Amino acid sequence: MSTNKSSHVHHFAHHFKNAEHEYQSSKEGIWLFMVTEILMFGGLFVGYSIMHALYPTMFAEGASHLDWRLGSINTVVLILSSLTMALGIMYIQKGENKKAIVSLALTILCGFLFMGIKYFEYMHKIHLGFFPPGQLLEHTQQVGTAVAHSNLGLYFGFYFSMTGLHGLHVLVGMCLIAWVLMRTIRGDFSPNYYTAVEGVGIFWHIVDLIWIFLFPLLYLIG
Amino acid sequence: MEENNHVKHHITPLSTYIKVAGALLLLTALTVITSRLNLGAFAAPVAFGIALVKAGLVMLWFMHLKYENLLNRLTFATAFFFLALLFGICFLDVFTRIKISGVL
Repeated sequence: MSTNKSSHVHHFAHHFKNAEHEYQSSKEGIWLFMVTEILMFGGLFVGYSIMHALYPTMFAEGASHLDWRLGSINTVVLILSSLTMALGIMYIQKGENKKAIVSLALTILCGFLFMGIKYFEYMHKIHLGFFPPGQLLEHTQQVGTAVAHSNLGLYFGFYFSMTGLHGLHVLVGMCLIAWVLMRTIRGDFSPNYYTAVEGVGIFWHIVDLIWIFLFPLLYLIG
Repeated sequence: MEENNHVKHHITPLSTYIKVAGALLLLTALTVITSRLNLGAFAAPVAFGIALVKAGLVMLWFMHLKYENLLNRLTFATAFFFLALLFGICFLDVFTRIKISGVL
């Protein structure tokens, strides 16, 4: 077994014509998965859009409890994490595995930052009595939070399910990146084989993509 | 027979990635600034317009779609086609309703 990682032999599965065939097939699968992700989040966006149009003042009340500065910081964090993720793949393509390890680790760190801010935001809303949205009126009354619209729970139903589903994807993404990071440290990847890292990268960019739309929708458009 | 020298895939240079990230950060600042400007009915279209540009940058360079083969690009594009269908038909339903009393 060669210790020179850049001449690593990748043994592709035997039912493929060659390594390139295996690579392209893997990419196809990843993109099909991304189609399902777009449609899943898209459904929530459709629901939000319709309800927002029907209850504009109630949505404005809900949005007034969101801090656009925290949302902006999280947007910057995710953009930087997408950069470090892309660089991680680039370094493996060039055979610079040490730099790849640093880039992937930084990506996970950004994920932690994002979830930390999210946790802080969630705790604030829970303290105000907005969770669970189905019991919003009772809880806000108990805590003493003023509520102008009796159907405010509809807003926070969307808020928690959309940001919650997204946050779940961030957590899963962090685990996936940790997995490819460990494999990179182990020497599994080289310029001849890095498919898993690229797949995880595409998943992570989808997470960033969703947030790019979630941020203005929830935080900026009252 | 093990074939190991597969086709060299396009490697995006570091400088390109940095430029894309810079553009994304600038557009984020623009999104926030325009949202504080009180554009009224234009606030949403402007915010989503900028978001679309950011999405394009992420998809083309970070997700490497600019250098993907046609099949994968078409596959991913169908997601947005069906999403547009979902938006379109739902909106056609809801926003062509005549309000008898209150909402809907």
